[in-house]
Amino acid sequence: MRYSFLALAANALRGHRRWRPAWRSPQPQRGYEVVIVGGGGHALATAYYLAKLHGVTDVAVLERGWIGGGNTGRNTTIVRSNYLHDANAHFYEHSLKLWEGLSRDLNYNVMFSPRGVLNLAHSDGQLETYSRRGNAMRMNGIDAVLLDREQVRAMVPDLDCSPQARYPVHGGLLQPRGGTARHDAVAWGFARAASALGVDIIQQCEVTGIRVEAGRVQGVETTRGYIGASKVAIAVAGHSSRVAAMAGVALPIESHVLQAMVTEPVKPFLDTVVTSGATHLYVSQTNKGEVLLGGDIDGYNSYAQRGNLPIVEDVLRAAVSLFPRLSRLRLMRTWGGIMDMTMDGSPIIGKLPVGGLYLNGGWCYGGFKATPGSGWVFAHTVAHDEPHALNAAFSLERFWSGHLIDEKGAGATPGAH
Amino acid sequence: MLLIPCPHCGPRAQVEFAYGGDATVARPVDPDAVGARQWLDHVYLRENPKGPHLEWWQHVAGCRAWIRVRRDTVTHAVLGAATAAGSIEGGAS
Ligand SMILES: Cc1cc2nc3c(=O)[nH]c(=O)nc-3n(C[C@H](O)[C@H](O)[C@H](O)COP(=O)(O)OP(=O)(O)OC[C@H]3O[C@@H](n4cnc5c(N)ncnc54)[C@H](O)[C@@H]3O)c2cc1C
Ligand SMILES: [Zn+2]
Repeated sequence: MRYSFLALAANALRGHRRWRPAWRSPQPQRGYEVVIVGGGGHALATAYYLAKLHGVTDVAVLERGWIGGGNTGRNTTIVRSNYLHDANAHFYEHSLKLWEGLSRDLNYNVMFSPRGVLNLAHSDGQLETYSRRGNAMRMNGIDAVLLDREQVRAMVPDLDCSPQARYPVHGGLLQPRGGTARHDAVAWGFARAASALGVDIIQQCEVTGIRVEAGRVQGVETTRGYIGASKVAIAVAGHSSRVAAMAGVALPIESHVLQAMVTEPVKPFLDTVVTSGATHLYVSQTNKGEVLLGGDIDGYNSYAQRGNLPIVEDVLRAAVSLFPRLSRLRLMRTWGGIMDMTMDGSPIIGKLPVGGLYLNGGWCYGGFKATPGSGWVFAHTVAHDEPHALNAAFSLERFWSGHLIDEKGAGATPGAH
Repeated sequence: MLLIPCPHCGPRAQVEFAYGGDATVARPVDPDAVGARQWLDHVYLRENPKGPHLEWWQHVAGCRAWIRVRRDTVTHAVLGAATAAGSIEGGAS
């Protein structure tokens, strides 16, 4: 059923009893042309674009829990393309353009809200590097506006821009087209659209092994039996190392826990996304009114989906120094997600050294904004057995050929990206 | 918060320590005997286990020594600790 104002009105008159589930939940078949491991936004977007753009509809998405229950449903939903390096800039800008038309394309409101993403500069040196990044972005056709302190103050009145602030504000770099989106809606919208095109979405089906014969993938062992596949595409975020190891492939990845938290809801006071690299904080206000806060990873290998208090304290300390008014709010919830941190801070989207096996992973802090773009290039890679120009640089081989994409210049220290 | 038993100072809070990553990663013994590929494997590849993990921590706000800790990456339980050269009870290395 197409969602529209008319459909809503008609269903309202019938007491909302005729809505159908948004996607089918079939039993797994014995085999598929493509099996996608994982049921997050990236897997579902890949399935959707495989079916829509490449005519590959014999596809199953296998999720061990429920779709969107991983990082897709746990992140702070910031969408942006404000990158310095060309490979990142082109890829994330392509993704941002897809976000701009996504609700219409999927016939599902993903609540994309281009409310702007503002990076605060706390020193003149930082403002200089922002001006360099802003110029690089503009050279790549991406919107960027350098703001001075007064412009920042006018935009975010509750920010402490006074001279005695613990972290003085010297200005900022704004990407007006950046913003946020509704995380669950992204998973559900892609699932519904993929299912309508014939993709089987199978939840509570964990992949426990990958069968490889003569260097080619044959299928996957799952908690619901063996499923054959000509191609297997992995999109499991924090579990990339574990699933790739099933096919004997080692990755330059460490899994870490990243936490986020929300306060009790208050009236709207913040209509943009504010981030501070120096204090490693990002703040936005959700549509429900909660103040949504994120910061650093906890900093040690973890598969726990929950973190510890030192980082919570760290995030809140930064939040209160930048927005003193927040000190009166109570924290409502904290949670964590498992992030696949790569050795250069950039993702891996491409072929693995086993025939018919592909990886989409290593998303570090920033894979939510990539969701449509990642699915788009990964579908191309799987369908053509070759990367698209937009993801060719994100190969696994770059770690051995020396073509790293190290946005921060932090080197082989996953905790520092 | 993790409670890390420093072999020199006793149990101390996690905030006194800095994390140093996988302690099973071994630098090639004879640098000239291995090629670029193996060097890069050493720099980049990690086992990244789900479960017990042997790792480096530095007691930066204490004795400043690097120590080795075995910790479960799923439960976060600290299973044991030893000096850099010492061995941890109840497990290999
Ligand atoms: C706290 C937090 C804040 C973040 N904030 C932002 C942000 O503001 N902006 C941004 O762009 N990004 C952000 N990110 C990163 C972003 O959330 C992720 O990069 C992105 O959502 C990854 O999507 P995915 O579909 O690859 O993974 P996921 O949504 O994690 O999906 C992977 C799925 O694979 C399943 N799975 C794992 N192993 C198996 C198996 N063996 N068999 C079957 N299924 C399996 C899991 O259950 C999971 O559902 C944040 C992450 C966290 C944790
Ligand atoms: Zn000590």
